[in-house]
Amino acid sequence: MTESVGSPTPNDTPPKTQRPNFMDRVTGVGTGVGKALLMPTLALVIALILGAIFIALTDLEALAMLNEDFLGALKHMVVGVGEAFKAMFGVFGSIYGWSETLFAATPLILAGLSVALGFRAGLFNIGATGQMLIGGMAAIWVGLHISLPAILHIPLALLAAIIAGAIWSGVSGLLKARTGAHEVITTIMLNFIALFLTEFLLKTPAWQDPTRNNPLSEQLPPSARFPEIFGGDYRVTIGLIIAIVAAFFVIWLLFRSSLGFEFRAVGYNPTASRYAGMNVPTLFVLVMAVSGGLAGIAGANQVMGLAPYQVTTAFAGTIGFDAIALALLGRSHPVGVLWASLLFGALKAGGRSMQAAAQIPLELVIVIQALIIVFIAAPELVRAIFKVRPPEEEPTQLTRGWGG
Amino acid sequence: MALELRGITKQFPGVLANDDVSLSVELGEIVALLGENGAGKTTLMNILYGLYTPDAGDVLVDGQPLQLSSPSDSIAAGIGMVHQHFMLVPVFTVTENVILGMEPTKTAGWLDMKTGSQIVSDISGRYNLEVDPSAMIEDLPVGVQQRVEIIKILSREARYLVFDEPTAVLTPQEVEEFFRIIRGLKDGGKGIIFISHKLKEALEVADRIVVMRDGKTVADVTPEQVTEEEVAELMVGRPVELVVRKKLAEAGEPVLVVKDLVALDDRDQTVVDGVSFEVRAGEIVGIAGVQGNGQTQLVETIMGLRMSIAGMVSINGHSVTGASPRDIHQMDVAHVPEDRLQSGLVVDFTVTENMILDSYYDHPYSRGIQMDWDSAAKAAERLVQEYDVRTPNIDTQVSSLSGGNQQKVIVAREFDRDVGLVVASQPTRGIDVGSIEYIHSRIVEERDKGAAVLIVSSELDEVMALSDRILVMYRGRIVGEFDPKKNSTTEIGLAMLGGTK
Repeated sequence: MTESVGSPTPNDTPPKTQRPNFMDRVTGVGTGVGKALLMPTLALVIALILGAIFIALTDLEALAMLNEDFLGALKHMVVGVGEAFKAMFGVFGSIYGWSETLFAATPLILAGLSVALGFRAGLFNIGATGQMLIGGMAAIWVGLHISLPAILHIPLALLAAIIAGAIWSGVSGLLKARTGAHEVITTIMLNFIALFLTEFLLKTPAWQDPTRNNPLSEQLPPSARFPEIFGGDYRVTIGLIIAIVAAFFVIWLLFRSSLGFEFRAVGYNPTASRYAGMNVPTLFVLVMAVSGGLAGIAGANQVMGLAPYQVTTAFAGTIGFDAIALALLGRSHPVGVLWASLLFGALKAGGRSMQAAAQIPLELVIVIQALIIVFIAAPELVRAIFKVRPPEEEPTQLTRGWGG
Repeated sequence: MALELRGITKQFPGVLANDDVSLSVELGEIVALLGENGAGKTTLMNILYGLYTPDAGDVLVDGQPLQLSSPSDSIAAGIGMVHQHFMLVPVFTVTENVILGMEPTKTAGWLDMKTGSQIVSDISGRYNLEVDPSAMIEDLPVGVQQRVEIIKILSREARYLVFDEPTAVLTPQEVEEFFRIIRGLKDGGKGIIFISHKLKEALEVADRIVVMRDGKTVADVTPEQVTEEEVAELMVGRPVELVVRKKLAEAGEPVLVVKDLVALDDRDQTVVDGVSFEVRAGEIVGIAGVQGNGQTQLVETIMGLRMSIAGMVSINGHSVTGASPRDIHQMDVAHVPEDRLQSGLVVDFTVTENMILDSYYDHPYSRGIQMDWDSAAKAAERLVQEYDVRTPNIDTQVSSLSGGNQQKVIVAREFDRDVGLVVASQPTRGIDVGSIEYIHSRIVEERDKGAAVLIVSSELDEVMALSDRILVMYRGRIVGEFDPKKNSTTEIGLAMLGGTK
């Protein structure tokens, strides 16, 4: 390169795209590692501080003491908060705590990857719940109706779950490609359809436990259950390994494959992708299908990976929605999702021991999770609290309204 | 009576955007501030507008130093700015936009629209800025919207007006009108700073020309003292060829043939209405026309991005009706799209990723579904060298390159093979003189190697300089063919407006 290499000067930034849009900022698509870690960490810190305040303010004993013995009440609160957090983060102090964390993290990783992959391609998959349900139901059917040795039975059930989840979300992709229907709407609607379909199917002979009247599935045979990795005392199964493999698969897909190149290009700029010869509608369908396939594995994990290996309609729980939070917290990167899932897994596992040890309601964990998301979605707020300067955005506010 | 910037220095992380810059404008004077992208013009103007605080130096009005910490401080000091992208509410009327933020009210806060429209007609009468106060902004042509911006600023009693690239969005006729307006403002005693990278305009309208390069003022001259070539050299820092040098065309076989083509726009209006022409190997055909006369849709239809409803397009004798953009790309067609940020580049991608944006799926950049990033990086390194793309490295996001370098990325990607047909829309819009020169010479080079070249541009000067033949498009039709060596700009300009020969 010759004289005065064009280092990116402030004026060089093209005006149209200088500020990343809200979704890009929130999902972290397009940020570097260091930057990507900063905001989630700060969000976690604030969420924990606010969580502590909640614990303190709901400390009824301390509140009762407040008038007579202010300092005593304060001390009581501090001790209460300390105990609660000690119990919560105590999960990292024992092997059992770790195993419970990993157990809780397993489906979160899979569902989180599903949503993160969608974000990378510019699609907002809110339908992980529905895709999990459909995937799980497919896995149950294979588990109940095909007899095979475990070595074949488990992969086949998994495959069924992937295909079912992929088809289910592929519908949203197809609707978007063909009619332009927004995937947020269609995935939410398909969640409802999946939920009631699951309830209906669980009452049909193909799924229902014949001894029961309520929608409860028959117990899966041992050949269709995920083996535990660390023995019967710990609930961690090969589901965790599958989840980690899935994370590496998503990394390969996004950053090493030509399909992933297309996914990312479409995510950033569908128009330029079309001009470059990519088939954008087909890519929408493919992205949704892969995303749904990952959620399908999460669903399979919820039926094949935990006792009693039979399920009600509630087996997807809130994981499909936690997944959105995880993808945001993990800045839409598979590795970020792994860490975020570990954190949420720890909060889940820790929340239970907190409830047992310090009589703090489990809901506090949900409050903390929600706060993390609020602060990630409101980066300006976190920056204001910690006085972090927005990353290299200062020179980009070039145009403002007259008198504005 | 003057507005003065004295010794302004502004440092950004890694970049000295303004280095001891001084600039002044007196009342009744037009100063053109010229410079390439990245020369520091915008930073300087943002300081003047109170968006940035300078690290050193002062802003003075009538000799009094100012503390500018927000746009309202600048407005209070009588400094007004017309941005390149207008700051108007499209669904409000002219009057509503002008009074927005300083609404005249009657008792109990009732809006006094009568006074409002009185303000508008007063100003438009005084400065000859013709506009209907009750017209809705979105119904007005861009040139008139700009007038509204000017009225808005004048209504805030601005004495110094700053225009940021005011002609970039205007048609040639609107540019003439705009010059008439700012001359009127000058005669009305206003001081005007006019930021541009178009040399001709600056020489035509300014009383004084200030040139910036690499954050410094490198010249402060009157138009009489300099030639266009000298100003270009000052801006770029080296001698620049403003004239495209090319041999006589040796036209061969027709490569692109368009026959009776009809296409609709997104609102189902017929915007390409029976267009026929051909482009032969070894010639450059330019399509001139005011923007919005169907050129965009014509190119999209040729490139397989839009369905035609009648007629046909063939490339090298093969009909490409119904062919996908990728099919056409594989017929050795290079396409430089009209809007580089929207259609030409994924700006969040790196230079490497953009270099392979339309050939990533094939050898050598991928084997099966697995990408080969090493060979992509190798190709990107080579192309960056070969096409003189100024970038810190190939892993830099394209969004942080200057417009000219972004355009060079596209040109490098598209021209890096044996190209049979080049379709380039607005190939040099909004980029610096140095890059324009470079891209023009590359286009001529492709022609000389035997490619058929179709240039679509609303810059008549560009079409005149590059083309061997000029077609004028007006309301979806080709209304005339011209020879740039025989016909004058005036004749062609008239045809662009729908006038007959």
